[in-house]
Amino acid sequence: MKKFMTCIICPMGCQLTAEKGESGDIAVYGNTCPRGKKYAIKELTYPTRTLTCTVRVIDGERPLVAAKSIGEVPRDMQVECMSVVRRYAVTAPVKIGDVLIKDILGTGSNIVAVENVNK
Amino acid sequence: MIGGEKMVYDVAVAGGGPAGLAAAISAYDSGAKKVIILERDVRLGGILLQCIHSGFGLHYFGEEFTGPEYALRFVDEVKKRDIETKTNAMVISLQKESGVHIITVVCADTGVEEIEAKAVVFATGCRERTRGALRIAGTRPAGVLTAGAAQRFVNIEGYLPGRRIVILGSGDIGLIMARRLTLEGCEVKMVCEVMPHSQGLARNMTQCLENFHIPLHLSTTVVNIHGDSRVKGVTIAKVDENKRPIAGTEEYVECDTLLLSVGLIPENEVCSSSGVALDGCTKGPIVNQYMQTNVEGVFACGNAVHVHDTVDFVTEESLIAGKMAGKYALSKIGERGRVLVYPVAAGEGVNAVVPQRIDIYPDTKGEKARITFRATDVLRNVEVRAYLSSALLCKKTLQAVRPGEMQRIEIPHETILSAAGEALLQGEITISIARRV
Repeated sequence: MKKFMTCIICPMGCQLTAEKGESGDIAVYGNTCPRGKKYAIKELTYPTRTLTCTVRVIDGERPLVAAKSIGEVPRDMQVECMSVVRRYAVTAPVKIGDVLIKDILGTGSNIVAVENVNK
Repeated sequence: MIGGEKMVYDVAVAGGGPAGLAAAISAYDSGAKKVIILERDVRLGGILLQCIHSGFGLHYFGEEFTGPEYALRFVDEVKKRDIETKTNAMVISLQKESGVHIITVVCADTGVEEIEAKAVVFATGCRERTRGALRIAGTRPAGVLTAGAAQRFVNIEGYLPGRRIVILGSGDIGLIMARRLTLEGCEVKMVCEVMPHSQGLARNMTQCLENFHIPLHLSTTVVNIHGDSRVKGVTIAKVDENKRPIAGTEEYVECDTLLLSVGLIPENEVCSSSGVALDGCTKGPIVNQYMQTNVEGVFACGNAVHVHDTVDFVTEESLIAGKMAGKYALSKIGERGRVLVYPVAAGEGVNAVVPQRIDIYPDTKGEKARITFRATDVLRNVEVRAYLSSALLCKKTLQAVRPGEMQRIEIPHETILSAAGEALLQGEITISIARRV
């Protein structure tokens, strides 16, 4: 069974073909680097994404802080994770690297601030 | 500049986004110690501050960052150096007087000020094409905004532009906002694109549209907007190969918001009104490979010169601009009188060539001139060729090219000089793309 996909690892967007063999091994064609092969295999077995979002800030110089997941979350859980993010608020000051949400929805990934928001 | 002698800066940079930050850093590192960045927003970082998605820095840092992370790396580098920065300060005009540039700045705290500098770098970025520019028919209800404006509302101010969204334009900003709004709980009904193919990166087609089941309608445009005080819906229609709507293909789509992602225009009101010549194709200043404009001591870099696809290219180009602005301020650029000037033009299959001129100063034989350009069509297996008149300078093979991806080629000065020969023949350099046979 062949699956065609665009690699999202870098802006090149190589067109990949992944084929699951009888032994269960997945062969990948079209990648121009090893990360593309890893991506294709993951997309067929356990697709994940880095979640980037904003978290509400209380008493800060700005109302939001930009954040991202350290570690990825399952691709099809992104929307559900966002409904959790929307219920959170953090109090200023917020520093780059602060863990805002720990282990979001049991994914093992934390949502972490990528910028500072002072009081 | 309180009382006393007025300071003359070596380099003044208009714009504190990634272009301006890089230019200020390299100006400082080139030896120009009196450098100032003038930024109209409340903080440094430019448009990257609202680009909270990742995908920045893969070339420059070898690592993928979100927009704020990429910007803050450069803000940190500025802070490490003795570079002056003024935020809430908008440059409104530039004049030259007795060999010095006088920049008029409107500052939130001190009002209208004049700053003097030996060299100026314009890193003013670009703005978005609006509904008025597209002349979409219909009423003028609330709920029609450009994708970048919507991005600012969502990512910085914390407001949704609406709940049921139609996006016109499949460039990267439109695709990124399709995903962002879906993640924030909106219903993004569709993305319409007037061309027969998507304009953004292939990876964004996957991660922004396919992964969220958002349909993309190609060869489709918005022909009417409905609603009194608020958008109620839009009428979309298919277009022919001349982008003209095809009668009978109209379809009504219920929605409360229309986002426009239909093009970026370099911001050059100030520099053009001060005498800087603009290129009708790129809409940015005509520059040489050192990012110098036709006005002595005035440089430009980043989206103000030509709209980029990746910030890494912006950084590289801006480091060059800043370094040369610094050298100019310190009178370290060679005599203008002994320069060999080669105009650079787009040949077959190419447009938006930058720089539009290669200036070869004495003793620069070892340097390479970096030229960026875009393909006019989507093509596979091509050869890019650079000619000086009819002499081939160099060539480069590429697997695939498309208009949405900026390309580049490097031409050693030595190669140009060899082709020009002993007689130092003048001529035009052309860049062209041809299918490989």
